[in-house]
Formats: sequence, C-alpha cells, structure tokens
Amino acid sequence: MSKSIVERAYYLMKLGRVFEERAKEEYMKGNISGFLHLAIGEEAVHVGATLAFGKGDIFVHYREHVWALAKGMSPKSLMAELFGKKTGVSKGKGGSMHLYEPLLNFYGGNAIVGAQIPHAVGAAYARKYLGHTEGVLVAFGDGATNAGNYYESLNMAALWELPVLFVNENNLYAIGTRIDRASAVKELYKKAKEFMPAERVDGMDFFQVYDAVSKAKEYIETEGKPYYIEFLTYRYEPHSMSDPGDYRSPRELKVFHDKDPVEFLKREGIKRGLFDENFVKEIDERVEEEIEEAVKFALESPEPEDAELFTDIFCEVCTDVVP
Amino acid sequence: MMERDETVVILGEDVGFYGGNYRVTEGLYAKYGEKRVIDTPIAENSIVGNAIGMALGGLRPVAEIMTVNFILIAMDQIVNQMAKLRYMSGGKIELPMVVRTPQGVSKQLAAQHSQSLERFFTSVPGLITMVASDATAAYYGLKKAIELDDPVIFLEHELLYPMKMEIQKRESFDPFRADIVKEGKDITVVSYLKMLHDTLKAVPVIEKELDVSVEVINLHSLNPLDMETIANSVKKTKRFVIVTEEPKTGSFAAEVVSKVSEELFYHLDAPPLRICGEDVPTPYNRKLELLSIPTPEKIAQQIVYWGREHGI
Repeated sequence: MSKSIVERAYYLMKLGRVFEERAKEEYMKGNISGFLHLAIGEEAVHVGATLAFGKGDIFVHYREHVWALAKGMSPKSLMAELFGKKTGVSKGKGGSMHLYEPLLNFYGGNAIVGAQIPHAVGAAYARKYLGHTEGVLVAFGDGATNAGNYYESLNMAALWELPVLFVNENNLYAIGTRIDRASAVKELYKKAKEFMPAERVDGMDFFQVYDAVSKAKEYIETEGKPYYIEFLTYRYEPHSMSDPGDYRSPRELKVFHDKDPVEFLKREGIKRGLFDENFVKEIDERVEEEIEEAVKFALESPEPEDAELFTDIFCEVCTDVVP
Repeated sequence: MMERDETVVILGEDVGFYGGNYRVTEGLYAKYGEKRVIDTPIAENSIVGNAIGMALGGLRPVAEIMTVNFILIAMDQIVNQMAKLRYMSGGKIELPMVVRTPQGVSKQLAAQHSQSLERFFTSVPGLITMVASDATAAYYGLKKAIELDDPVIFLEHELLYPMKMEIQKRESFDPFRADIVKEGKDITVVSYLKMLHDTLKAVPVIEKELDVSVEVINLHSLNPLDMETIANSVKKTKRFVIVTEEPKTGSFAAEVVSKVSEELFYHLDAPPLRICGEDVPTPYNRKLELLSIPTPEKIAQQIVYWGREHGI
C-alpha cells in the first residue's frame, strides 16, 4: 500500500469524523433537522472501501456522509444539504439520507433498508452489458440481511454473474435490536456463502479493509462475478439523533472505543513510518478549517426558492404538460 | 425500438425463453437474445429495483410485471424509489424506464388475479401512468414511454390482449393528449382500457334512448391528465361521465370527478357521474364477477337512468 493512499485515508477519515461531530453540534443548535444518522466509528469501512474501490459505482444506505465525502463530494455541498439549503448537493430536497452525485458514480443514500441492493445489481448488469470494466459496490447494514431484497439480490448477482461487491457493515445493531436477537445466522458472511465467495474482516482496521476490498475488486472485475465481505464495525453514536442509545453496555462501547479506527490509523501510520506527527497535526488543522468553512457556507447559503417545490419531478417533456 | 436502440432491454418473469405469459414478448428472445430479453426469478421488488439500477447504469429497461396483482410486492421500489429519485437528488438522477403490466378483471381468476389498481399509481407524485386502450395506443404509446427520460407505469388490460385491432398510422402521437374517439354534443364520457370499448358499445343505446349525441374521450395518460381536452368537451356538452373498472371508493374516477367539479362546476347542467366497479374483491363465480364490474348493458342503463333523472 502506498504512502499517499494512507495519507489520503487519514485525511478522509478525519474529515468524516469532524464533519459528523460538527453535524451533531449543528443538529443540537437546530440548524440541521429531520433524521441524522452518524457513522462515527465506521470510518475505516467507508473510507477504506471507497479508496480501494476507486472509480466504480457505489450504492449505499442512509448512514452515508462519510462514503459521500470519500467518493469526492465536497463538505460544503454536503453540509449545505444537511442544512436544507439551495446550494446542497440535492438542492435541499434530499437531506441527510439522500445524497447523490452521478458524476462521481455515487448513487446514494437510501432511506429504505436494503432498497439499494437491487439497484446495484441492475447497475452491474448495465455496466457489464455496455462493456464497462468497473464493477459496482453496494453497502448495507446487518439489519438488511434479514430482508427479502437481500436474498433476491444475492441470487440474481450470482445467477447472472455480475461484478458486484456486497459490503456488509455489521455494526451489531439494527436500530436498537442487537444482531443475535434479529438474525438466526450470527456470522453474516455465511448468509452469502452459498451464492459467492464470502469472508469476514475487521472493519475497524483501515489496512485490512483496504486490502480486502482491493482483492475483491480485482476478483469481481476479472472474473465478472460477485463477492461478499462482512466488516465487523461499530457506531459510537446511537442509531439517529432521536435514539437515546441506552441498549448498549459501557463495556461493549469501551471495547470498540479502544480500537477507534481514526486513532488506530494514526498510531499505525506513525508506527509504520507512513507519516509523522507533523503530518497528523497539519491534516487535523486543515480538516477543522474545511469543516468550519463548510458550516459557514451552509449557514450563509440561501433557502431554495418557492418555485423549486415543483421542479425535478418530471423531465422537460412531461413538465410541459403537467399543470 | 429494440432494433434501433441497443440500450433497450426487457426483464421480467417468463418474458424470454417462455415467450411471455400473455405472449406479448413472443419472438423477442429469439431475435435479441437472453442478454436483452432477461428472464428473472419470481421476485417483483427486485425486478423493478434492478430496472432502476439498469437505468442508472445507462440502459433503457422495460420491466414487465406479469400482472398488476403482483406489482404490490414491488411498491417500495415503485413508490419510494423510482418515483422519487429525481426529486430527492435535486434533478441529478434520471430514470428512463418503464414498468409494463396488464391489469383488469379477467375471466374467473378471482380476487388475487383480477383487479384494476391505477389509483395507486396516479396518486404518486413523480410517476407517469400511461394506458394502452387499443393497438394504436399500445404501439405508439409504449414507444413513447420507452423514449421518455422519466419512469413510466404502462398499464394494459388482460382482456384486450386477445382482441384483433388495426394500428392506425399516426403522423405524431402525444400520449399526454387524450383522443376524442367519437364526437357528440350532449354528454362527455371519459374512459380507457377495456371500459372504453364497453362504453363505445353502450353509446348507440344511450343515444337512442335519450335522443342525444355522446362524445367519447379516450385517455392515453392518467397522470399527467389532459384536463384541457376534458374541459373543452364538458364546456360544450355540459355533462360529464367517467367509466372505469376499478372499485368506486377512492378510485381514479373519483379524482377526475373531483377535478371536473372543482374546475368546471358552473359549466355543468347535471351532477357528474361515476360508473365503476363495485367495492368488492373480484368474485370467482362468473355471474357474480359480471355483477362486480361495468358491462356495456350496465353502462347504458346507468347513463340512461341518470339522463332521465336530470332532464337530459
């Protein structure tokens, strides 16, 4: 793994962390509303997978701020979207759960658990049919693996031999229900084993995430077949801002806090001589500045115009005939 | 369409090798192969979900749901996903896709295989709902639906499939403009799908009994709805009737009558009339089944009764 990738990873993970911590603060102040699902603790999966996956399409779930940042979306347009402003990536019409940027091959953001999984299968079909070389990555939580869409998609991706990388972010909780109370099969990668190669990887460790996704990407794109990775990870925050999160034990929280992915990468990066303290200090300062600017931008951005209520419903051909 | 544009693909249950349950895709598999005419497992939510992904990935998919009855399984993908992605992305996402399905009360298939569900689609913002009431609308309409950069629900009627009809050559076909299939000056009757044909059968009886002339409007699109053609006709005839096969309560017909009442109240010389199916699950028994939906006889009877009641 090259030095520049690890440097980039530290920057993006720190950016994601500070972005979300700040989003939480702004939510408390009332500048952000609605549902806000934070991924603090899961940055190694989001950044590691995105960096390793490179150019292909990415479909993710509603906890997607860090995925979006890693894919190249600007913190400004993202923060403005959370503020519901005109300058937001979805013009303030999508909010936290609906971030899309087709120019970056980033297709959300989806507020219905598991609904994005068939989208990824369809996109992989289209890419393969049109002769594109890049595969498609789809991420979902442990909760999605108990729903019908999930099995339908594993079946179709395997049946049609599509280049899809299934990324299961197992953070142990589907809202407030722990995995052992929701899933008869506890080792989630085994739920995919009958359909495709599947493995379980430590999702708190950037290096392991990056390596696993790099290898999987190589596999899906050369073999033209799907692959499955279950990442064991954790969200430090509750499910959303409206969730007290009191269903988790302090001991469990401590176990995962001790392996905080951002701190882990910082320690390992320095230990392995990939960067030094000065670099970390520089990045930390730069990130603080960037987020400060993003919040300022979001605060100062205008609200969408009233007429925006009626745009983006149909394409122009139909807009003409809609009263 | 498929010959001209290789990004057009079809997916659905039995659409390929088997030739389509209603034979509507017959021959396509042999001509275009399994990569373009894709047999799927029985998994409706994923069929529509896959089509969404295909549209995002650069194709123009036509997802076929074998009958409308099974589309309820795909309603998350239709309502939460395909109808809303453009809006939620601030216009960044475009979905050139069609979900094609036949509906309607057929012959003795009972409640889970025999119903009309247009109300569910027409009430969803962002979803274009087109209907093919005859061969001409099926030919030009489906082509138009595939060409559009928006998601379309394309409804057909199971009992229209076996009917033999000529395609009338049209210079242009705008599905968002309704057709006046028969001109008249005393009563406007709006309909589509099989009920359009049953209405046309009833018209001579109505005209004779009431000594009037009836104007019949054929809708190609339910949403958006061509209110202009309806309004012009009602302003002329002063009387409005809509005939649909769906159960009456909460129907699409109810929506059109509301619009007519709101916008054209002072043009009306009689209360608007809805002729719809009964509020019952479709029964298996043929006699009861026919009682549950409008027939040419019932359409004539109800309009004549209504006409006499209101001095037409």
